[in-house]
Amino acid sequence: MRTVVRVVGELCLPAGLVLLLFYAYLLWGTGAETDREQRVLQQRLGDVFARHGEHAGPGPVKLGDALALLRIPRLGAGYRYAVVEGVGPAELRKGPGHFPGTALPGQVGNFVLSGHRTTYAAPFNRLDELRRGDDIVVDARDARYTYEVTRKKIVDPGEVDVVDPVPGHPGKRPTTALMTMTTCHPEFSAAQRLVVQGVLVRREERQD
Amino acid sequence: MYRFLWRRLPGGTALRLAVVLLLTGAAVAALWYVVFPWLAPRVPIG
Repeated sequence: MRTVVRVVGELCLPAGLVLLLFYAYLLWGTGAETDREQRVLQQRLGDVFARHGEHAGPGPVKLGDALALLRIPRLGAGYRYAVVEGVGPAELRKGPGHFPGTALPGQVGNFVLSGHRTTYAAPFNRLDELRRGDDIVVDARDARYTYEVTRKKIVDPGEVDVVDPVPGHPGKRPTTALMTMTTCHPEFSAAQRLVVQGVLVRREERQD
Repeated sequence: MYRFLWRRLPGGTALRLAVVLLLTGAAVAALWYVVFPWLAPRVPIG
């Protein structure tokens, strides 16, 4: 019996080290993977912008391809992420994803994005710092769209009406261009969702 | 257990140490590049 207890105790040491290593991987290893993907996606997006100018059309694009460039001045001048089409695990490893079927940038309806809060470079880690009136700049293929934050709230994962064309009003026909960003809440947990919503305030020519 | 495993390794102290480092490195690489990328999306943290 003592031998069994001793062996189990000794196995706890490598098990703990593996857990620590996994934690380090979640925080930094996944981030390195996303950074690599982002470099490629942003380069491709830059090529599309340069090649087509505003004649590229707003989309849609294939799952996993770059749809637009997201910038949030409140989170720093260096905050920029290529938004990919799709919100499956494979797409969200690359960066924030656009819910297929929801409005495209600038369109009437709800332009819905989802992103990781803790892992995979955590693009939406600091969404909770946004305040009402903050700009969210979306460089799409056809133009630059600026949304203004209107509200921020925490909901249960089952409250999916936040992604409706008119949030909270399923089936209602939209008349304005809105934007919704969702991420996990709190950090290191998927128990709830942090939701930031905004409204389109400006469309202008993109400054490449 | 570790003492038992150490005694089973071939050669002197230097060779045994080299084998331990090699095996540990291989295990860490397998975890980092194969196991963790598979496991990470299955962990319920965003």
